Amino acid sequence: MATVPDVNSVKAPPVLSNDEILRYSRHLIMPEVGMEGQQKLKAAKVLCIGAGGLGSPLALYLTAAGVGTLGIVDFDVVDYTNLQRQIIHTTADVGRKKLDSASDKLKAINPFLNLRTFDTKLTSANALELFREFDIVADGTDNFPTRYLVNDACVLTGKPNVYGSIFRFEGQASVFATKDGPCYRCLYPEPPPPGLVPSCAEGGVLGILPGLVGVIQATETIKLILGQGDSLAGRLLLVDALGMKFRELKLRKNPDCPVCGTHRTITKLIDYEEFCGVRGQEAPVYGGDLPLISVEELKKKLDAKADIFVLDVREPHEYQICNLGGYLIPLGDLPKRISELDSSRQIVAHCKMGGRSAKAVAFLKQAGFAKVSNLTGGITAWAERIDTKMPKY
Amino acid sequence: MFIPFHTCIFHQYHSIFICMTQIQIPSPLRQYSGKQAAVDVPGKTVGEALAGLVSLHPELKRHLYTDDGKLRAFVNVYVNDEDMRYLQKEATALKDGDTISIVPSIAGGCGVMICRL
Repeated sequence: MATVPDVNSVKAPPVLSNDEILRYSRHLIMPEVGMEGQQKLKAAKVLCIGAGGLGSPLALYLTAAGVGTLGIVDFDVVDYTNLQRQIIHTTADVGRKKLDSASDKLKAINPFLNLRTFDTKLTSANALELFREFDIVADGTDNFPTRYLVNDACVLTGKPNVYGSIFRFEGQASVFATKDGPCYRCLYPEPPPPGLVPSCAEGGVLGILPGLVGVIQATETIKLILGQGDSLAGRLLLVDALGMKFRELKLRKNPDCPVCGTHRTITKLIDYEEFCGVRGQEAPVYGGDLPLISVEELKKKLDAKADIFVLDVREPHEYQICNLGGYLIPLGDLPKRISELDSSRQIVAHCKMGGRSAKAVAFLKQAGFAKVSNLTGGITAWAERIDTKMPKY
Repeated sequence: MFIPFHTCIFHQYHSIFICMTQIQIPSPLRQYSGKQAAVDVPGKTVGEALAGLVSLHPELKRHLYTDDGKLRAFVNVYVNDEDMRYLQKEATALKDGDTISIVPSIAGGCGVMICRL
């Protein structure tokens, strides 16, 4: 099994103080860790990408276990929707930087921790330099470009990538980019194109799931440091929280892998936003051509009793949270239910934020609907600017 | 509830057993499989089983296949615990008790949950 470079061969192992010996006594009395293992933990440097759902349990457990140096990369701020799963943050932290919030908790758990925080987005420009300062990278990000960036930077710097990923009630975990093991690209050579499925329509995650998967990542990280057990390198663990089933699939190093194969075509970091086809996704893809309407304009027209047909393309469970009294056709059902719409009427389509409804408007335009427009900012903008009593989600 | 991984149906007209393979559907695709987590389909090879799946649930087709009928490059298909790319791909023969899994790319972790397939 591949392990991190033996830090003890470079430097003398760090000495544990009496306070540390007491603190780690339940480790020290088990042969798989012992004094030698605890010294390895103290000497180890782990970089956590993200202080969110996966990063919370990861950072908490690694800190408690006595990992000596923990780096965290995050540039986000705590908000109320994080608290359902990001257990390192509390209600009082809402509005604070996640790094500041996480620092308080981690230092409170273990004052012996050398915590290094990086208030930045991980990019192709800073990843290699950052990764070189650590032994292991634990990936707790939430998007495809960063997943590929973390993988490639791990391969290029020779650092193991402890991977975890979650969606709704399913999770995946593995250890990539060990010396002879497969990398993320061996499993997924290319990212799926954006937009095949409306992603935010299906968003959401069972709050406990990142705990389950993040703790698996923490376990794998500690095993790599100790050089104990069988790592998940070469295996993909699939977690189904609803069925409470754990399955594993075999992963193989792909000889044709562009970053870790025999004929490598990727020898430096690339533009991952472009690679994943998300360049410019922030600006609406169809924005140039699609008619837009602001929430203020819509309110004015509705108040004036103008003939407007409000089309809600969200999911039924979102409609239950809040709605504008619109006609509900989830985006995925629109093609087969298009006959329910009257193309002679003025239609205003909306979703939560405006992304799905942009797709709906583009689709309806193509289908010959002339008088259709997209509500900018969706029902969230309505809740912020028109009806502030409406719940936001 | 016990769900058999593999079932064989006796086809009276042809007087033969038709073996069914179970295909595990990942949650992002279940909206196109009538909410089913697993679908039993007939087929002697992985390709036949997947073709059977999309004929039962036509909405799955564009998520699994390109317009010219090829399996999409980012769709990972496993037979039991083995990637079919390291077997005989879609020509991989199925035997009694085999399970096919479609494994999606998921990227959720700290904030927005993203899955594309």
